[in-house]
Amino acid sequence: MAEHRGRKPTRSWAELVPPVCAGVLIVATLAVIVFIAERGLATFLVHGVSPREFFFSTLWKPDRPPEAGGPALGALPFIIGSVLVTGLAVLLAAPLSIMTAFFIVEIAPSAGRRIIQPAVEILAGIPSVVYGWVGLSVIVVFIREHFGGLGFSVLAGGLVLAVMIVPTIVSVATEAVRSFPPEAKEAALALGSTRWQMLRWVVFPAVLPGLITAVILGMARAFGEALAVQMVIGNTHTVPRSLLDQTITLTSGITLDMGYTVMGTAWNNALWTMALVLLIISLFFIVLSRTIAKRGVLR
Amino acid sequence: MSRLEKVKIRAEHLNLYYGNFQALKDVTLDIRENTVTALIGPSGCGKSSFLRSLNRMNDIIEGVRIEGQVIFDGANIYSPDTDVVALRKRIGMVFQRPNPFPMSIYDNIAYGPRIHGERNRARLDEIVERSLTQAALWDEVKDRLRSSALGLSGGQQQRLCLARVLAVDPEVILMDEPCSALDPISTTKIEELIDELKNKYTIVIVTHNMQQAARVSAWTALFLNGEVIEYDRTSKVFTNPRDKRTEDYITGRFG
Repeated sequence: MAEHRGRKPTRSWAELVPPVCAGVLIVATLAVIVFIAERGLATFLVHGVSPREFFFSTLWKPDRPPEAGGPALGALPFIIGSVLVTGLAVLLAAPLSIMTAFFIVEIAPSAGRRIIQPAVEILAGIPSVVYGWVGLSVIVVFIREHFGGLGFSVLAGGLVLAVMIVPTIVSVATEAVRSFPPEAKEAALALGSTRWQMLRWVVFPAVLPGLITAVILGMARAFGEALAVQMVIGNTHTVPRSLLDQTITLTSGITLDMGYTVMGTAWNNALWTMALVLLIISLFFIVLSRTIAKRGVLR
Repeated sequence: MSRLEKVKIRAEHLNLYYGNFQALKDVTLDIRENTVTALIGPSGCGKSSFLRSLNRMNDIIEGVRIEGQVIFDGANIYSPDTDVVALRKRIGMVFQRPNPFPMSIYDNIAYGPRIHGERNRARLDEIVERSLTQAALWDEVKDRLRSSALGLSGGQQQRLCLARVLAVDPEVILMDEPCSALDPISTTKIEELIDELKNKYTIVIVTHNMQQAARVSAWTALFLNGEVIEYDRTSKVFTNPRDKRTEDYITGRFG
């Protein structure tokens, strides 16, 4: 028998570690959001730039002296640039990645597991500066030589981003396709379906929400990528007229200019507004993918 | 009686291997038209493997090797020029666990006819109603044909799966322990359906439940370690078996 000394059971300090860590994370997240919002809204609240000018004007002269009319902060080229390269990247990467996911799960499971999935993981692990550099030395040059122009272009940005988001889409889409119950696939085959009919008419509609989630996550990644895009897109404050024109994105605009601006100036705050736009759009992507994923659970 | 005696499917010297393991050993068996044939035996005896070799569902399992013949209406289904898709349309299958597609009740039933080329809406409607009626499910679901099949109870789902098979108008229906995941009331319903359907279809049912075999089937085959050790009219198998092991099995001495 162990002796009982009537001592209160002491609670270990260690028990406090997990909630404290979680609390720190939450506070950090909120702090970042509040900070960005405060800076970003200053453009409108302190400097008196109208949202209409910021979102719909293409005139970007952040250092225009007051006697010439003060800073002009039209961010439309950044927004259009971001939307275009992201759209192009998704257009290129989504079909490829979804087909790859079906290939990995349904057509060649053993090759998929042994070769394709590791290859995709390697793609995911390559740093973005390396993608950018390869894009700069291969894709930009290729476009310049075969399509004309400078090579720095929406097309180059879209291509580099497409390769970068393939791993995201493939891995999420693969999980979606794999989650389909094998018993229902057997039933489809036993009814006399060809494998194609089974995949197209039974599996595909059922896993579509998962595939859309995969594409949205890839889209979020493309939208937020800065470095690699910046290296191949040319970074001119203009709205592109063709895929071969140069342009700029929200992310590359921020990284380019942030070193030249002074905290508290209109120019600096305009960059924060762009950061706020990026943040809101990523939040929107996250909410959207969660909603679809929830609705898509096989009821 | 002669119509009942017509052989619909004949398995001849069927050997089936999963890699090095032999699951069926020289099985020769006649399945008679428009009757219910029950396949019984302990777990792992090969009865399900045999059933799945009748519509070539074993083909999709990796490492399966099959020797021998299965003659269906005069042609060997394992000959190289067999159209497996057409074969499976003629020989339908109901599985152990209800496996409806994650889509509406209507689309579940219409799937088969659609992939086999039926596009006409009115005809599809008619097929859906007829199949669900045949499976005794129409009255329960007619007001919610557009809602998800996954919202049905297990017993309803299994009848849906049966209706889905009936919709492609097969000649033979293979059932792999169709009631093992169902409650007794749903089981009774399925058994009643089997009894009605046998006039029009040739039914082969794998079952763990010997009372079920006795209730629904006209012929019974007992599998043991991949061999058929007894095959006769159900009444004879259960009352006057030839093989001592059959008697031991049906009286519950093993398995």
